[in-house]
Amino acid sequence: MRHPGRMGIFFTGAAAVAALYALSAIRLPGPEDVRGEYMRIINGECVTFRHVTDAVTAVNFDFRGFDTLGEEFILFVSVMGTLVLLRQTDAKPGAWAPDALSPGRAVGASDALRVWILAMTGPTVLFGIYTVIHGQLTPGGGFQGGVILATAPLLLYLAESFDVFRRITSHRYLEIVEAVGAGAYGVIGLLALFRGREFMANIFHLGKGGNDINLFSGGTIPVINAAVGIEVTAGFVLLLYAFLQEMLERKEAGS
Amino acid sequence: MWFPPLPVVIPLIVAASLVAIGAYLPRRVLDLVACATAASVFAICCHLVAASADQPIVYWFGGWRPEHRFALGICFVIDQAGAGLAALVSLLVLAAFLFSWQYFESVKSLYHALMLVFLAGMCGMCLTGDLFNLFVWFELMSASGVALCGYKSEEFGPLQGALNFAILNTLGAYLSLTGVAIVYASVGALNFAQASASLAAHDPGGWLVPIAFLFVISGFLVKAAAFPFHFWLADAHAVAPTPVCILFSGVMVELGLYAAARVYWSVFAIPLAAHSSVTGALFLTIGTLTVIVGGIECFSQRHLKRLLAFSTISHTGVMFLGVGLLSADGLGGTAIYLLGHGLVKGGLFICAGILLHRFRSVDEFELHGKGRELPWTGLLLLLGALGLAGMPPFATFFGEGQLADSARRHGLGWVSGVMMLSGILTSAAVLRIGGRIFLGWGLRRPFDSDEAPAIPMESETHGGHRNTPGTMWLPALALIAGAMAVALAPSVRIAALRAAHRMEDTRGVTDHVLLGTPMAAVPEVHIAPALGELWKPAVNVACAALLALAALFPRALGRARRAVVHAIERAIHPLRAMHTGRVGDYVAWFILGVGVYGAMLVFGYRR
Amino acid sequence: MIYFYAAMAVAAWLFLVGVYGIVTSRNLIHLCLCLVVVQASTYVLLTAVGYRPGGIAPIFADVKQTDKAVDPVIQALMLTDIVVEATVVALLLALTVQIKKKTGTLNPDKVNLMRG
Repeated sequence: MRHPGRMGIFFTGAAAVAALYALSAIRLPGPEDVRGEYMRIINGECVTFRHVTDAVTAVNFDFRGFDTLGEEFILFVSVMGTLVLLRQTDAKPGAWAPDALSPGRAVGASDALRVWILAMTGPTVLFGIYTVIHGQLTPGGGFQGGVILATAPLLLYLAESFDVFRRITSHRYLEIVEAVGAGAYGVIGLLALFRGREFMANIFHLGKGGNDINLFSGGTIPVINAAVGIEVTAGFVLLLYAFLQEMLERKEAGS
Repeated sequence: MWFPPLPVVIPLIVAASLVAIGAYLPRRVLDLVACATAASVFAICCHLVAASADQPIVYWFGGWRPEHRFALGICFVIDQAGAGLAALVSLLVLAAFLFSWQYFESVKSLYHALMLVFLAGMCGMCLTGDLFNLFVWFELMSASGVALCGYKSEEFGPLQGALNFAILNTLGAYLSLTGVAIVYASVGALNFAQASASLAAHDPGGWLVPIAFLFVISGFLVKAAAFPFHFWLADAHAVAPTPVCILFSGVMVELGLYAAARVYWSVFAIPLAAHSSVTGALFLTIGTLTVIVGGIECFSQRHLKRLLAFSTISHTGVMFLGVGLLSADGLGGTAIYLLGHGLVKGGLFICAGILLHRFRSVDEFELHGKGRELPWTGLLLLLGALGLAGMPPFATFFGEGQLADSARRHGLGWVSGVMMLSGILTSAAVLRIGGRIFLGWGLRRPFDSDEAPAIPMESETHGGHRNTPGTMWLPALALIAGAMAVALAPSVRIAALRAAHRMEDTRGVTDHVLLGTPMAAVPEVHIAPALGELWKPAVNVACAALLALAALFPRALGRARRAVVHAIERAIHPLRAMHTGRVGDYVAWFILGVGVYGAMLVFGYRR
Repeated sequence: MIYFYAAMAVAAWLFLVGVYGIVTSRNLIHLCLCLVVVQASTYVLLTAVGYRPGGIAPIFADVKQTDKAVDPVIQALMLTDIVVEATVVALLLALTVQIKKKTGTLNPDKVNLMRG
């Protein structure tokens, strides 16, 4: 039984909220010299002082790196939460024998499609790694590249079966990888404390001279970036794993 | 400067390590590691409280100190209010870990990891000095909270509670983010101090600042269960595992209130200074409505955990009233009250957990008289009820006295009447349910067509249920004893008032953060005389006891009085009908609440 | 500045239409996606806040550093926002799967333990 006045309540509130949006919009945006200062400083400093060319990555992993620590753990905790919520509460042990999984073929993929998908898997992995490690130079980074990398096992699932997916993404192993990726971020931040600096200070070698910008310049930025890439890859594969396993189990049960 | 980041970083790293290697460790080792982590965070927070007594600690992550008054990085601004709240958080997490020592089988180490991340998120919210960083920790807290709430995913109740929790809080968080984006579009600043200084120097005019303020705090109002954003809370707290409930009711809800107050005083107090009476009226309205709705709903419940959840709503209303006084002594009173309430509520939820452990139920009627076997638990519940009523020596008594004193001096004497209402209704509810369960008083089934939901619960624990392990009742005893002891010493009350003064000195904090100017000394604070207020808890407890007895023995009332009771029940029926359990209704109320409170601000700020 | 007001209007529209979807939803999966629509309003708003007319992406690999770049801070905030969205949706869908398993229905108005 829904509340009888639900729609009336909603439309009254919605009209007022729309008015609030309009009233705030008429005073926006603020003067450019005020609201653009943050941006000007970051854009001006990231190349010279941080030896990276992607200002977004500089903000993410250096200027506002502490936000990204929280962000990484939001992902971490959601993956763990999803595993908890989807766990087989009444599963019988051994229900996961491989032969029970033979109907795990995702879709009736034709041979042509399978060959094409398999051929794409290698380049996908390569492109994912490229996107992760070039994070501080070109658009991309650990989050973006990690998601691309996580699609590779999914391609294998589409072309082959869940069994193959499961064999290459051993669940236990993935959890460890994810945790190491997430924990590494915090540990790198802690290292600065041992050097007598603030948490997350960029203590590694930034680069030689003014214009030395390469895959390894930027001090801690590429290191953290790689840790995030690992964590995101493992996290998303775990998510896919949990949902696929759940779905197939239900198919198995015939519901 | 080792300590400031550690309350957040240590739990995060330990959580990650537990996920990595937890599967190879025995359960007891996991419990020990988790308890040790919470205890060390508690110790660090206590150290931070002491270290920030003189000046707030400003800690710039990555060493990005402000250049030319511009804050590039993220900072923690640690004052005694924030560090003290973080200490309370870690203490309750420790109690929750102790309680779960004998608790359900955890899924490998995931339970411990989720709790530790939850702890980190809450500590981050207490300490941060940056708008977007606040949003990040808020989301971290919500995400781990949702997972913990639905932990017992083999039952339907926790799933529905977690779903309502997730949707309402996520919507609120998006509106908060919208507010942050509006602030950034206006002055290009995310740091509290920077935003405050820029908004004051470049006033955008119109209604921009009040609307941005409302949007930013709306997420926190949802978390703080302010009316009409409170519906999710009762659903989630009723079904979440008991150790999680300790944290949800003891601190998470209060953190929403803290964040709203923190954002007001750190960012918006100066730009909104000319119309502070409107802001105060907003908080007072929210507080009054929340006290009344929470109190009435609390008294109408039969499910002990849901009852305690509504009591939390009612008490948050009291704290909103304290914040709404917009004065340092009001805020200090709120801090004392919050401390007392968090400890008492944690203890009461543990009592509910003990009942669930022994009898697989927390339903008032199912447990009728069964509690006679557990006199000590009953005594703890009674003490908790007295704590809710604001009885001395509970910290709630001193907090309420301080609030009443402050309200009187602001010409808002009615506020203390509303606060008493909260104490009476919630403590009457706990006394009634305690009387029925532990003394076997009253009827065995609902007197008439009672509408309160009887949510089926399954036991959370395995093994023998013949006795109550010490790891369950000891934390309850410690929390309730702590609530009695903590504010007895005037020095604690003085410290709370001084912390509130610091939190309210917006200009001083802004200069301290951006320029490093030391803050001016806190003026002499005066704690309100407590003895003159002794009649209040006496009245509270007397009214609560009468109300509880009337509910237990309705036949003794006689026909005429019963007619009055029925009339009251009919009058409050629409209120109870609002709680439909439908997430669609809750979201509609959410939008209406934002709209109405926004209209209040807009009309109040007419220039 | 007309782009800004257009974006603000779109953001308000997305927010309200998403909330309308949640309020009227009869299917939990639909409801989760409506939440994604609400979140999209924050994307639009943030993009507009960070945008500068004629600005390039704040990536200075092949171009000189100029003032003509858009705001990198906002883009970093959006990245966080996107991660939050993905994770919240994962949690909500996990809850939805379990609710369907327990109750056999996806209609949030059909099964209810929490009335009153």
